[in-house]
Amino acid sequence: MSALFEIRGLRAAVEGKEILQGLNLRIGGGEVHAIMGPNGTGKSTLASSIMGHPKYEVTAGEVELDGRNVLEMEVDERARAGLFLAMQYPSEIPGVTNADFLRSAINARRGEGNEISLIRFIRQMEAKMKELDMNPEFMHRYLNEGFSGGEKKRNEILQMMMLEPKLVILDEIDSGLDIDALKIVAAGVNAMRSPERSFLVITHYQRLLNYVKPDYVHVMMQGRIVKSGGPELAERLEAEGYDWVKEELGIVDETVGQA
Amino acid sequence: MSTTTTSFGREAAAALARSKNEPDWLVAVREEAAELAARLELPKPEKMPIQRWPLDRIGEYRPGAAVADAGRLPAAIAGQLPEKPDGAVIVQHNSSVIYTQVPPEWTAQGVVVCSLEEAVRTQEERVRAHLMTAYAREEHRLAALHAALWNGGVYVYVPRNAELTAPIQALLYADDPEATFAPHVLVIADANSRVTVLEHASSGLAGEGAGLVHNGAVEVFAKSGAHVRYAAVHHMDAGTVDVVYRRAVCDADARVEWIVGELQGGNALTDTKTILKGGGSASDTKVIAVGTGSQRESLTTQAVHIGRASESTMVTRAVMTEEATAIINGVTKIEKGATKANGQQAEKVLMLSPKARGDANPILLIDEDDVKAGHAASVGQINAEQVYYLMSRGIARAEAERLIVHGFLEPVVSEIPLESLREQLRRILERKLG
Repeated sequence: MSALFEIRGLRAAVEGKEILQGLNLRIGGGEVHAIMGPNGTGKSTLASSIMGHPKYEVTAGEVELDGRNVLEMEVDERARAGLFLAMQYPSEIPGVTNADFLRSAINARRGEGNEISLIRFIRQMEAKMKELDMNPEFMHRYLNEGFSGGEKKRNEILQMMMLEPKLVILDEIDSGLDIDALKIVAAGVNAMRSPERSFLVITHYQRLLNYVKPDYVHVMMQGRIVKSGGPELAERLEAEGYDWVKEELGIVDETVGQA
Repeated sequence: MSTTTTSFGREAAAALARSKNEPDWLVAVREEAAELAARLELPKPEKMPIQRWPLDRIGEYRPGAAVADAGRLPAAIAGQLPEKPDGAVIVQHNSSVIYTQVPPEWTAQGVVVCSLEEAVRTQEERVRAHLMTAYAREEHRLAALHAALWNGGVYVYVPRNAELTAPIQALLYADDPEATFAPHVLVIADANSRVTVLEHASSGLAGEGAGLVHNGAVEVFAKSGAHVRYAAVHHMDAGTVDVVYRRAVCDADARVEWIVGELQGGNALTDTKTILKGGGSASDTKVIAVGTGSQRESLTTQAVHIGRASESTMVTRAVMTEEATAIINGVTKIEKGATKANGQQAEKVLMLSPKARGDANPILLIDEDDVKAGHAASVGQINAEQVYYLMSRGIARAEAERLIVHGFLEPVVSEIPLESLREQLRRILERKLG
């Protein structure tokens, strides 16, 4: 079976410093992959480079979604092709309500002449907000403005649920969440699991993986995937830390691009 | 091209006033003002040279044709009115008021809405006690010229305890480039009354506006406990010059709200100032501005705290495109004795092109210790992270930028108290911002 999403030899730099140093990853339809690793090993750079953040410059490699070259697309085209990145630090957009924003995003992928009806949109949004235990007033609040860290994360998951992407990247979605919020967010993710949708879960901690069970676990160091395994790898990392991986691979400094 | 009139003296002012049958006291005022205008200097707005604006251009008294019912208003004016307006409507066309409609139950309550030209005869005592007292003709040449020349105009009197739930809509419209267009709006809200005024100044001079000067003024007097909300939308055509001095005076516990859209196509000089005279009085000023082409705009908001525990907030947000320049000034002045006063202001400018310029100048002048005051100012471009975030959800770059720019102005737009005016403002914004 061909991969839904594939990264080959990806290299990327930020402000002239190369962070990703030839990263390879294949994700099949319906699979959940977790990427773990200490701080400063390039995890968030991977997420931002795939999405096309203007500060990240891809210098080599390929990224394909459904056989299409993602790297040639603008950020918005990548999203419409089915990529979704739940961000670690979502932007606040004053004056633009959550509802207006999401309706624009949905209509952008439906195209002109095929816009979603307002009633249908409101019903959908209300239903998904209920699943995420979000106060209905967040519909009319300005996008992320004044939201707490946890509210922003829920709002990211809400967007994922409304936009129904093919490949979801969750960048540290668990940071800043208490255990109840974490369970709600995880339930939202699990509800979206399907044979046509894959997930790349980036996290420091095993904690999230107790609720979102990965099929594969990868360890990232020095801007590459250095070790891969099944869910048991995450458990061992949680129990023993990363030192044994470094020892096994002869790595002294696992970070990359640090001054 | 019209003739430029730079000499407007005592005799011309008196002759014009007499030809309109104005009372003797007003003829005298106009004579003195015309004399002053010849002596006084132009105002000197911060960092904005206005000497080369055609500000001395006077035009001629060109009254519009009065109509008895709204159905006969010129189409360009009728199109700006809601189909069935609640409350009162008054329309100035070029140099005179051509239409007034006031609900009979308001008149029975003692509410007065009429042209200022009519009020100087019928409401003489109150008009004389207030007219050009908050905006003094001695301030500078433009003030003196306005005092000598104002025409048409709007007079509003709301009696004690009257609460008007529907607004008064004032349409000020010019389509004759030779006309003197100098409306004066005078609002007197007596003790504990409530009133909303929506003023809309525009022109039908696309392509031929060259040099038409709107020399306008607004004076609002909020007596003790009165609440006045004054919303103004200005979108005169490119090539015109829009000068407006807005003044409010608040007695004890009175409150004045200004909601202003400076959406002119030509140069603009506006100054919106509230004097918080009475204890516990308050003002809230919200201004948005959009500059396009090679527009030059000087936009000032001011609050003067005299009364104890008086409070003011002032927010100006400006979007500058192409080669437009805006100088945004905010002045909070707290006089000695205004203890427990609180004055807060914020100016933000968003620049959408490399040649656009914006300047935010917050100024706090404080002569009393026991007060609170604060300011915030920022000038910048569209935030690239915000654009990236919206694009990452599938929204194209142009649409993402549009959402961000409109969002920047939305906190003021959403405060416009009348749905039809709010929608009209959004349409103007769409047109100006593309």
